[in-house]
Amino acid sequence: MEPDRDMSLAATVDAPPGWRSRIPARNMLRWETGLAVVVVAIGVLGVTTSSEFLTGTNLFNLGLQSGEIAIMALPMALIIISGEIDLSVASIMGMASAVLGYLFGKGWPMPAVFVVVLLVGILAGAINGLLVTRVGLPSLAVTIGTLGLYRGVANIILGPNTISNFPTAYTNIGVNGVFGTNLSFSAAIFIVLAVIFGVVLHFTPAGRSIYAMGASPEAATFAGIRVKRIKTLLYITSGVICSLAGVLLTFRLSTAVNTNGLGLELDVVAVVLLGGVSIFGGKGTIAGVVLGVLAFAGISNALLLTNFNQEAASIPVGILLLISVFVPNMAQLTRRLRDAIARRSRSAPSAPAIGAGHD
Amino acid sequence: MSTTLAPPREPPEAPADVSSRRLTERVFRIRESGIIAVLALFVLITAIIQPRFVSSSNIQFILVNTAVYALVALGETMVIITRNVDLSVQSVLALSAYLSAGLFGHVHGIPIPVVFLVGFGIGVVFGAANGLMVSLGRVPSLVVTLATLYIIQGIDILIVGGNEVVASSLPAGFVAIPNATVFGIPWEAIGVAAAIGVGAYYLRSFRSGRELYAIGSNPEGAQLAGIPVAKRVFVAFTLCGGIAGLGGVLWAAEYQTINTSAGGNNFSLIVIASVVVGGVAIFGGSGTPVGAAIGALLLGTINVALDVLGISDFWDQAIAGFLLLVAITLDRLISLRLAAALRKRSARDGT
Amino acid sequence: MPLLSLRGAAKSFGAVHAIIDGSIDLYGGEVHGLVGENGAGKSTLVKILAGVYQPDSGQLLVSGAPTVLHGPAAAQDAGIAVIYQEPTLFPDLTAAENIFMGRQPLRRGRRIDARQMRAQARALFERLGVRLDPGRICRGLSIADQQIIEIAKALSLEARIIVMDEPTAALSAAEVARLFDVAATLRAHGAAVLFISHRLEEVFEICQRVTVMRDGRQVLTRPLAGLTADDLVRAMVGRQLDDRAADEQHTPGEVVLQVDRLTREGVFTDVSFDVRAGEIVAFAGLVGSGRSEVARAIFGIDRYDAGSVAVGGRPLRGASPTSAMAAGVGFVPEDRRQQGLVMDMSVQQNMALASLGRLRRAGLISSKSERNFAADWGLRLRIKFGRLTDPVSQLSGGNQQKVVLAKWLGRRPSLLIVDEPTRGIDIATKAEVHRLLSQLAGNGVAILMISSELPEVLRVGDRILVMREGRLVAEYSRSDASEETIMSAATGQLQEQAP
Repeated sequence: MEPDRDMSLAATVDAPPGWRSRIPARNMLRWETGLAVVVVAIGVLGVTTSSEFLTGTNLFNLGLQSGEIAIMALPMALIIISGEIDLSVASIMGMASAVLGYLFGKGWPMPAVFVVVLLVGILAGAINGLLVTRVGLPSLAVTIGTLGLYRGVANIILGPNTISNFPTAYTNIGVNGVFGTNLSFSAAIFIVLAVIFGVVLHFTPAGRSIYAMGASPEAATFAGIRVKRIKTLLYITSGVICSLAGVLLTFRLSTAVNTNGLGLELDVVAVVLLGGVSIFGGKGTIAGVVLGVLAFAGISNALLLTNFNQEAASIPVGILLLISVFVPNMAQLTRRLRDAIARRSRSAPSAPAIGAGHD
Repeated sequence: MSTTLAPPREPPEAPADVSSRRLTERVFRIRESGIIAVLALFVLITAIIQPRFVSSSNIQFILVNTAVYALVALGETMVIITRNVDLSVQSVLALSAYLSAGLFGHVHGIPIPVVFLVGFGIGVVFGAANGLMVSLGRVPSLVVTLATLYIIQGIDILIVGGNEVVASSLPAGFVAIPNATVFGIPWEAIGVAAAIGVGAYYLRSFRSGRELYAIGSNPEGAQLAGIPVAKRVFVAFTLCGGIAGLGGVLWAAEYQTINTSAGGNNFSLIVIASVVVGGVAIFGGSGTPVGAAIGALLLGTINVALDVLGISDFWDQAIAGFLLLVAITLDRLISLRLAAALRKRSARDGT
Repeated sequence: MPLLSLRGAAKSFGAVHAIIDGSIDLYGGEVHGLVGENGAGKSTLVKILAGVYQPDSGQLLVSGAPTVLHGPAAAQDAGIAVIYQEPTLFPDLTAAENIFMGRQPLRRGRRIDARQMRAQARALFERLGVRLDPGRICRGLSIADQQIIEIAKALSLEARIIVMDEPTAALSAAEVARLFDVAATLRAHGAAVLFISHRLEEVFEICQRVTVMRDGRQVLTRPLAGLTADDLVRAMVGRQLDDRAADEQHTPGEVVLQVDRLTREGVFTDVSFDVRAGEIVAFAGLVGSGRSEVARAIFGIDRYDAGSVAVGGRPLRGASPTSAMAAGVGFVPEDRRQQGLVMDMSVQQNMALASLGRLRRAGLISSKSERNFAADWGLRLRIKFGRLTDPVSQLSGGNQQKVVLAKWLGRRPSLLIVDEPTRGIDIATKAEVHRLLSQLAGNGVAILMISSELPEVLRVGDRILVMREGRLVAEYSRSDASEETIMSAATGQLQEQAP
């Protein structure tokens, strides 16, 4: 008896256990490898255009510039893999920065301020999570709403004020690295968090559940996975991490102002998608995200050194983003183009048209 | 076409079916009138507190201010109906504003309608690029337009650099556009309203317009039904881009000084928020550009109302975000209730 | 002359030969049945007729003229309409618009004439003898109603060849009867109907001729008169199947599941029953009678408004599958592809999905334990797959169902709820699953089986409960049940019926 096959013919590779959740693993392997090549290429490009690229100071600056985005990319990756999205990340960041500045300006002691900022992050994430899981709203719409709401709250709290008299003990993170090395604090935090998130995502039941709910939300529920609880936790985690990023940003710039972090949400999403995480959910790796961060940071930094208008760094990032979604579809795309052309030039009635896409 | 049918007479409709249809219709009408009601309430309350709010000059101000958003919302609605999204309208508008307004300085005596055409053309080019990638590449539009948002923004920065178009380079006729009124109603608002009316009529009464709804309601089904999905989606994105380009020209006429910050931050997101508040489902298949325009009007009115009430500007983003959340929450609760009611009805009637 | 004739069609996808010799002749005024196991090539044949696939070789003749279908639109133009099991309507649009999408009647200036469109839709519904409101938005319509709309659409396209691909799988008996009436109407109008089904009794009821496919070939085409179900089965399978499950007498033990006056407003009311260890209780009834909803409420996926559930003597506070699973309940859902499996994941990962906690070491999933677990159950249930890491989507329907079963059996449940355990599965695997359930009962597991296939209910169930419109209306032991008594209870003919 011929088994009733689904017509996807991707050959399978015996994947190293725990490392990949998405079969066929070959696709993923291809993406991360390609991305790694791109990162190396960026490095080479950087070195050839500027002798300063691989110096300690420059690497420090690189880590500094992209540190907050990198950190926020980690919970964002998990959220996207679980099938949702969070566009409010930069606004939570801004709100945290505003609360930090406001309370500090009122004379609160730093530790107490940190606690409140943390609570703000938890609350913001919880609101996102509850609206998405309990009320059942689409996360794209919800987080567009909270993006405005939280930024608005930041505006209300700080108003037009700017707080910048933070103690140097804290603002030094924008000047010195960890233990005096060239590793910026935010980069160090990113590395630690990347390891934690990587282990959780790839090796724990919770991580496997995240892949399952992104790939097949109903089946995950029917398997007893607590989808709502996990998604809410992911949003709360995102809230906390974004608050942390907000604190780091504020100290790095030595300034709390209501526009802190404005517009960064798209950078974070771009970095995650660049890293091979599928916008549809159920696919992606932390390794990919790390590479995505490196690619993004490398480009911005390399352009900075070459006196290329650094604000236009968005062009290569945008192009990379497009590549990140087109390349996996390359085979299908060329086949479809071929069919479209064949159909246009259809004139021979005797030959049956062959192999129109059976997707 | 079925020619074998006898001339159709109108048989009495089954009572159970009619009641469930009336229910769904009633609900949809509630939704659209809901935002009008909120708008009216808002205007009323603000007017009571500060009568200056409903002065004719203020109303004109609101209408002109909102016009650009409502116009771009028309294009965005067409895209969202097909279950896609266009995030790049922000940078298309910005680039178009700079380039088309800049024409006045480079080509002396260029007629104003030509500038509008150029703006439209610029938008069409980028819209078509988006459309090609989304329809042929079958790639999610969120990602594609996020990328083009970035790329076009970068292009804008490269082209504009540190320059800007200054008001003095613009001809008086152009700058007067936002202020021209007839019977106290700004021409710009009338023009935009007309465009929206045309768009709404097209979506309601023409086959290709209805097919956009079909595509958003069930993409695979649309394919199977023989609808030229790729072509329709391509046209939707192209039009959306073109309309955003037009919006850029209008923006230039209103703000006159154009640099890289034209359009403001979060322009795309404000437009999407307007569309959703206006009753267009974020996953496509339903909603009208008229609703979207009312949504834009609501958000714009709140913006101005806060100013007039002396509430700091800083509240309006929070309120806009909050309104969006309220709108989609209400939509969700209503549709859940509706589904439950329909279930109970069909269970009761044994259909 | 046949309205449609397919000769020697072949279609391969890489190394998989879906059809090797597909041939069928459809005559006007006839309902032609097509049967075969999963993988025999039926759905590929349907897709060829629908224009979705183009055959690698072979010929298609429509009314005697050689035709090449480049896509679904071409099939439509050729007068072929396909009604799928899962209708593909546009939920946000009205019934009339769904019928006429792309061909709406026009007024002057190419504008849509909405009133004319509704009138024409109403006329179509009348012609079919059904009451449906053309202005109704399709969201929330039952599958049966959606199919009617599809058929109306086919009529409006003046389709002469109507293919129904397993249309009755999700229909209640009343809806099936209505569908059969519609098929008869189509027949009377001279259309050719191709009726594909796993349910042989239905084929015997409405078809005049039947074609059997096996392993990608047409192996039998005969008028149904004079054929028996056994003949068909033999042709489908190529062997005489002993498809009666072992008539084991199970001795029921302690009460495992106790449901008391369970109620959910508008869905089910006052449902009370129990299931003992070692017995198989079959839940019979029409589709829509509330059985799956009761099961889902027991498992914690849906909520309920009143009543109680107790497992192993301890009350189960609804609310989540987690508490049900902790109490030892397993649930094999109705929809394998959406609810039972994560299609993107591998065989191994799917099997382990409900047991991740147990396969842990120091908080991390032990890949070795996972592999052993999956390999073990794969052997026990005789699941056919390439490698454990293959995507589960590559398995046949029957083997996929075994993976779902393995997932739950791996937790050693004391109560196993299975909803339509053999829907869409070939006959051989069906028998295997029945035997498995019987074995489990023999080992002391309490089983609650929901099934719409009466032969299955009678073959497997020790006790049979019948639900109708949300209430439990009858209970039978296997010995005093028959298809007629169950069907009567399910349709309410046992009671005095008010008109």
